[in-house]
Amino acid sequence: MNARRVLAVARKETLHVWRDPRSLGMALAIPALMMFLFGYALTLDVDNVPLAVWDQSGTPESRELLSRFEGSRYFDVRLGALGYPEIERAILDREVMAAVVIPWDFAARLNASPPAPVQFLLDGSDANTATIALGYAEGVARSYTIEDAARRAAASGVPAHAAPLELRSRVWFNEDLESKNFIVPGLIAVIMMVIAALLTSLTIAREWEQGTMEQLVSTPVTGNEIIAGKLLPYFALGMIDLAVSVVIGKYLFDVPLRGSVALLVASSAAFLVGGLSMGMLFSIVARSQLLATQLALMITFLPAFLLSGFVFAIGNMPRPIQVATHVVPARYLVSLLRGIYLKGVGLEVLAGELALLAAFGAAVLFAASRKFRKKLE
Amino acid sequence: MSPVVAAAGLGHVYGAVRALDGLSFAVAPGELYGLIGADGAGKTTALRILAGLIVPQRGSARVVGLDPADTRSGVRESLGYMPQRYSLYGDLSVAENLRFFARLFCLSRREYAERSARLLAITRLEKFAGRPAEQLSGGMYKKLALACALLHRPRVLLLDEPTNGVDPVSRLDLWELLYEFVAEGMAVVVSTPYMDEAERCHRVGLVHHGRLLLEGEPRALVAGFTDAVLQVAGAAECVEPVLERAGADVVAVAPLGGALRVVVRRGASAGLRRALAAAGAQVEPLRPNFEDLFLAQAAGGAPAGEAAA
Ligand SMILES: Nc1ncnc2c1ncn2[C@@H]1O[C@H](COP(=O)(O)OP(=O)(O)OP(=O)(O)O)[C@@H](O)[C@H]1O
Ligand SMILES: [Mg+2]
Repeated sequence: MNARRVLAVARKETLHVWRDPRSLGMALAIPALMMFLFGYALTLDVDNVPLAVWDQSGTPESRELLSRFEGSRYFDVRLGALGYPEIERAILDREVMAAVVIPWDFAARLNASPPAPVQFLLDGSDANTATIALGYAEGVARSYTIEDAARRAAASGVPAHAAPLELRSRVWFNEDLESKNFIVPGLIAVIMMVIAALLTSLTIAREWEQGTMEQLVSTPVTGNEIIAGKLLPYFALGMIDLAVSVVIGKYLFDVPLRGSVALLVASSAAFLVGGLSMGMLFSIVARSQLLATQLALMITFLPAFLLSGFVFAIGNMPRPIQVATHVVPARYLVSLLRGIYLKGVGLEVLAGELALLAAFGAAVLFAASRKFRKKLE
Repeated sequence: MSPVVAAAGLGHVYGAVRALDGLSFAVAPGELYGLIGADGAGKTTALRILAGLIVPQRGSARVVGLDPADTRSGVRESLGYMPQRYSLYGDLSVAENLRFFARLFCLSRREYAERSARLLAITRLEKFAGRPAEQLSGGMYKKLALACALLHRPRVLLLDEPTNGVDPVSRLDLWELLYEFVAEGMAVVVSTPYMDEAERCHRVGLVHHGRLLLEGEPRALVAGFTDAVLQVAGAAECVEPVLERAGADVVAVAPLGGALRVVVRRGASAGLRRALAAAGAQVEPLRPNFEDLFLAQAAGGAPAGEAAA
């Protein structure tokens, strides 16, 4: 490889990018757009679940329980109902998603056995939100029970033998249990995959389509020099996209970056080489811009989205699909970025995945170089 | 002088199309060689093989003694190629295109400055140095492509239809330019479908169906042409039966304006003129030109080589 020729190709390619404001704009806008869209749409947090309450007992005890629902940031009490028909209408009208019904004998049965039942009604048509809301409701009820039991024990002077077990969960690494902290690092990985393959999928096919390849291959420039020269500017563009995504994550979504920025950049760079080479490979094989772009989207976007662990946890997938995810490079970047973002872990933990990404990059680059032929047919 | 371009028995088939069928020719340094042939004759295929872009299925190609398809041999440094299709970067300016190719050939900054200045001057493109290549006229574009192919001073220059789509004045310019470089010892192969351009070459080869029909110096070829050429004007129903009756003596017939251009065996010329005149047609003898030569050869299907000998 001759460095001057590589640079000559890189400069020429930079001019193409620079002269084509539309695709340059797209290369910069797509990451920002994806961050906004998926960052907001995929945030799984549920709070302010609209709630109806029907207090049949009307005692200080029941009011105490209801005040806990009112005080919770997960619920928003919208309606004080006076019967089931009213609750049903409110759910059908989507005015509320859930309802708490406190029976008339609530206070009396509070300390009895079996304990006092409180009814929690849920609109199950959005199963996901319903499950989460149910979890919150159980939490509210449990904390009430625990405190109530403790208070009675103290009042009656009975020693704390009856004090129930106290469960205190601590969440590590994502203390607020905020899904954006989880989503954003994965999103950055998916963006890197899609943008990388898209950027380069056009370059070589364009030279074939426009006939410029015929002139290019008649010069002493070699296939590897063309590939390297074309990679350079798009690598730079890809790193700018990384920066855009990280900045949006930090300042718009407030996602803390715990780990090393250098490691973040290194993993993304290794991944980018593979992604860009993959787009280049599509471009070389297809020799048509349209086909190469479609290949890039099909082959990178769907697996990166579905099989990388970005939205669906790999551990919950059927066994054969779990195995298949091992050949989806985005999987490793998703896990690397989450490790760096959420846990702040370093090379000692992530070296294996980083090595896999580097191997992936090298393999695809090698394949592209092998596939590229300086011949017209 | 020993040839710097040598095509020997080139054969190439695309699917069912036989593009080349045993094409052979050689070009010496300082020689301007014309590959003349109609559309689809196989000129582009031959030049692509010489430029190393296609590996021939049969026969062999040599440029400065090397296999042009072997990218490691350094043959590309000695080779300038100008494709028939638009193949420069339309979004890059004239100067940027030149600089890009200069860099690919690893020219020094000074070499680039000197040569591009000179090439821009003789192609009269200086004023357009900043203009994107896609906004050049057809003629200016071809001159830029030529300049790009010449920057590294190749010993062999391959030009595929350099004058196609160029106005007559620019066409003259291009030929003048070529003569300058040929005079410096460059070997140039030019393909063209225009028979009238044959006379501008030192030597030509007539390509037809992928093989050479005829090869030689244009003037000598026309001088050695033994048939007669007649311009025949008259009603088709009078003329056609006469030509039909003449049978094999009529070598070729081609339209010429509203009339016909008829190539006829020399011995049969006088008789045919009388017969045509009797049928009421006007007949004028014409000076044979390259096209007649080509028509006669294509119609007669004389194998290559023999006619040239
Ligand atoms: N890539 C290809 N695939 C299939 N057929 C081809 C291909 N390239 C050329 N041909 C066919 O081979 C024959 C020779 O083509 P070629 O381009 O060499 O002719 P040419 O003399 O350059 O013609 P023109 O004056 O039109 O440029 C033609 O019949 C053409 O249709
Ligand atoms: Mg051609």
